[in-house]
Amino acid sequence: MLNTAIKALVWTVVMLLSAPVFSSSPEEGEPVDVTEMIMHHIKDAHEWHILTYTDDNDGKQHVSIHLPIILIDNGLKVFSSKRLYHEESPIQITNAEGEKDHYYLNSELGYAVYHETIYKLNENGELDFDEAGHVISAKPYDFSITKHVFTLLFSSVLLIFLLKIAVKTYKRDGMHPPKGLARFIEPIVIFVRDDIARTNIGEAKYEKYMPYLLTAFFFIWINNMLGLVPIFPGGANLTGDISFTLSLAAITLLITVFSGNKHYWGHIFATPGVPFWLLPIMIPVEIVGIFAKPFALMVRLFANITAGHIIILSLTGIIFTFGSAAWAGLSIPMSLFLLILKLLVAFLQAFIFTMLSALFIGGAVAEEH
Amino acid sequence: MTGLAAIGAGIAVLGAGMGIGKIGSSAMDAMARQPEAASKIQTGMIIAAALIEGVALFGVVVGLLQG
Repeated sequence: MLNTAIKALVWTVVMLLSAPVFSSSPEEGEPVDVTEMIMHHIKDAHEWHILTYTDDNDGKQHVSIHLPIILIDNGLKVFSSKRLYHEESPIQITNAEGEKDHYYLNSELGYAVYHETIYKLNENGELDFDEAGHVISAKPYDFSITKHVFTLLFSSVLLIFLLKIAVKTYKRDGMHPPKGLARFIEPIVIFVRDDIARTNIGEAKYEKYMPYLLTAFFFIWINNMLGLVPIFPGGANLTGDISFTLSLAAITLLITVFSGNKHYWGHIFATPGVPFWLLPIMIPVEIVGIFAKPFALMVRLFANITAGHIIILSLTGIIFTFGSAAWAGLSIPMSLFLLILKLLVAFLQAFIFTMLSALFIGGAVAEEH
Repeated sequence: MTGLAAIGAGIAVLGAGMGIGKIGSSAMDAMARQPEAASKIQTGMIIAAALIEGVALFGVVVGLLQG
């Protein structure tokens, strides 16, 4: 009874504290551009923006984590992204679509950043635009630790750390029933082995490909899950970055091509049972097929995760589009539902990527039947 | 042009929905007939659904690029 009363009290306090946040009507500031917010979130960035608040003097204060910028441009140049974003005020321009836009620059360093791409400034300390409004300034080689690169490194360290704990359990206890974290990881490893590798690659050859399949599975899964965490260090759209999925799909392509046996190549260059005059059509189609499979892998993961992020953010954005806290009654249950659905999708996409990789590898190593 | 991209994305979703729906219904039928093969049918169902979904997502990506 007392317990319930305390809970009710705590909730009331929480509600009252959050009231000022909700009560701020759009007239107090400029309206929130939801589309821009979403696009900003799903793209990579050179700084990790956490929040912007208005201080007592009506000035905008940005809270962000300044990631290092690493450029190769007549030698190695390393500096904090704070110097690029917050040292000088941004330059206002009109972009290719005729809308108001801005870029950040640091004239001392001689670099500017426009839509998260770093350009060199010209002699006048400006960017060069062509008539259509596209930037034509030169670009340095950009090896920065961006938001996505940081997430990649973070999740790798996290994954190694978690799996090391599990490995330690086996070293200590031997082949006894696993304890702790290993109890959670073991069924997943067995699932990948029995339901993905064995069934698709075959009993004889699956072991060689287990390290890749397990790595891909756990890596995609942990990054999908980290993407759902709304606060730092989660929330980056890493698995929804096309270059990330491109790299993974390229590894699958290389493994498939290099483990292809003579039957695999035979099916491509001399498809059995096809009359010879059809071969000029069949061979190009089969060659396109080699690349189309990993291409589909790449687009599937990218589009699924990006679409998920866009949908959740759009639902959150409903509150700001209509400018009324009452919409939270619709928006919060809907985004909660979608977040739970995305937990399933995070697993499912890791599973599908691994499963299809195993299927392609299995096709390449299959013996003639 | 933005409107056209949205209509295109809608048509892609329509196709994918019909395809995945058909896979789901057939898989349910098959599982009801042969409950002991349920896990194998489920795996096959997910692969087929993923392949269809992949094609639909091409549509979504084109829609995103246009819109």
